[in-house]
Amino acid sequence: MTQSEWPLWEVFIRSKQGLDHKHVGSLHAADAAMAMQNARDVYTRRLEGVSIWVVESRHIHASNPNDAAAFFDPAADKVYRHPTFFEVPDSIKHM
Amino acid sequence: MQSASATTQPLPTYPPEVHAALLTYLVQLADTSLVLGHRLSEWCGHGPVLEQDLALANIALDLLGETRSLYQYAAELEGEGRTEDDLAFLRPATEYRNPLLVEQPNGDFAATIVRQFLFDNFHYHVLQQLQRYPDERLAAIAGKSVKEAAYHLKWSSEWVIRLGDGTEESRQRIEKALRTLWRYADELTTPTPAEQTIQTAGLLPDYASLLPAMQAHTAHVFAEATLPLPEGVVMQQGGKLGRHSEHLGYLLAELQYMQRTYPGMTW
Repeated sequence: MTQSEWPLWEVFIRSKQGLDHKHVGSLHAADAAMAMQNARDVYTRRLEGVSIWVVESRHIHASNPNDAAAFFDPAADKVYRHPTFFEVPDSIKHM
Repeated sequence: MQSASATTQPLPTYPPEVHAALLTYLVQLADTSLVLGHRLSEWCGHGPVLEQDLALANIALDLLGETRSLYQYAAELEGEGRTEDDLAFLRPATEYRNPLLVEQPNGDFAATIVRQFLFDNFHYHVLQQLQRYPDERLAAIAGKSVKEAAYHLKWSSEWVIRLGDGTEESRQRIEKALRTLWRYADELTTPTPAEQTIQTAGLLPDYASLLPAMQAHTAHVFAEATLPLPEGVVMQQGGKLGRHSEHLGYLLAELQYMQRTYPGMTW
C-alpha cells in the first residue's frame, strides 16, 4: 500500500433490530467518520441495514491458513461435544 | 422517467396570482434539483475514489427523485395535460428557473463540493421549514426530501472541512473554488417576484428567517476548515428569472437529447 492510499476498513451491518452485525465488505477511508459515511453510501443503498460498524482492517487479526489443520481438524472427531445424546422430552418445542 | 401512479389527493385552490406564482416556484425547485442532479451524475464513473463516486451518484438520485415529485405536482397544478417529462425535456434554457449556482460546471472535486455545500445549506434549511407549511403536497415532498438533504449537508460539510484543513493542494483547490462560486450564493436566498407572492400568501418561509441558521452552519464549518469567509464578493443573479450562464444550454442539450431526437420515446 502506498502512503497516499487511504487505509482499508471492514464494514459490518445489522440488517434489523435483534440480529447481529454481519461482515458485508470493505472500503477505503481516511478516518472513522469518513469510513462510516462511505459505508452508508456503498453498503446501505438498498435498505440493507439499521446499524453500521466499521473497523480498520489492520485491527483484525486473522487465523493463519497454514495453521488450519492444527486449529480445526482436532474438533472433527469429537462428536461428544455436540449435545446430541440427550433425550428431548416431547413437551419441549423448537429445539 | 416513467409517470408515477396518479395521486387521488385533491388539488388546493388558491387565488389566480398565488396559483401562478406557486406553479412558477414548483418548476424553479424542480429545475434546480434536476440541473444539480444532472451535474452530479456527470461524475458517475469519474469520482476520485469508488466510495465518493457512489456518494455523488446517491445524491444525484435523491435530487432526481425530488425533481420528479415536484414536476408531477407542477404538471397537475398547471392542468394543461403536460407531464413531468414534458417539463423536464421539452423546455428551452430560457424557461428554466434554476439559480446560476447549480448549473456551474463540476470543475474539480473541490468545486463540486463548494457548489454542493452552498446548495445543501440552503436546501436543507428551506425544506425543514417547508415540511410544516400549509400546502400539503409541497409539505409532503419537503418532508421526504429533508432527510436526504440532511445527509447531503453532512456529507458536503465534512468535505469542506477535509479539503480546507487538509493538504496544501486541497486547500488551494477549495480556496479557488470559493473564489469562483461564492458569487452565486446570494441568489438562493434572494426571492423572485413569484417567491415573494407565495411568501406573502404564507406558502413559503421568508428567506431572511433562514439566514441565521444558514450563516451559523457556514461559520461553524468554515471555522473547522480553517477557511476565512469570503468577503466583498460581487454577487451574480438571474437564473431564477431565466437569465442563465452559457453552461445551461450545453447541459440541457445533453439532458434533452433523446426526447428531442426521438419524441415520445420510452424505455
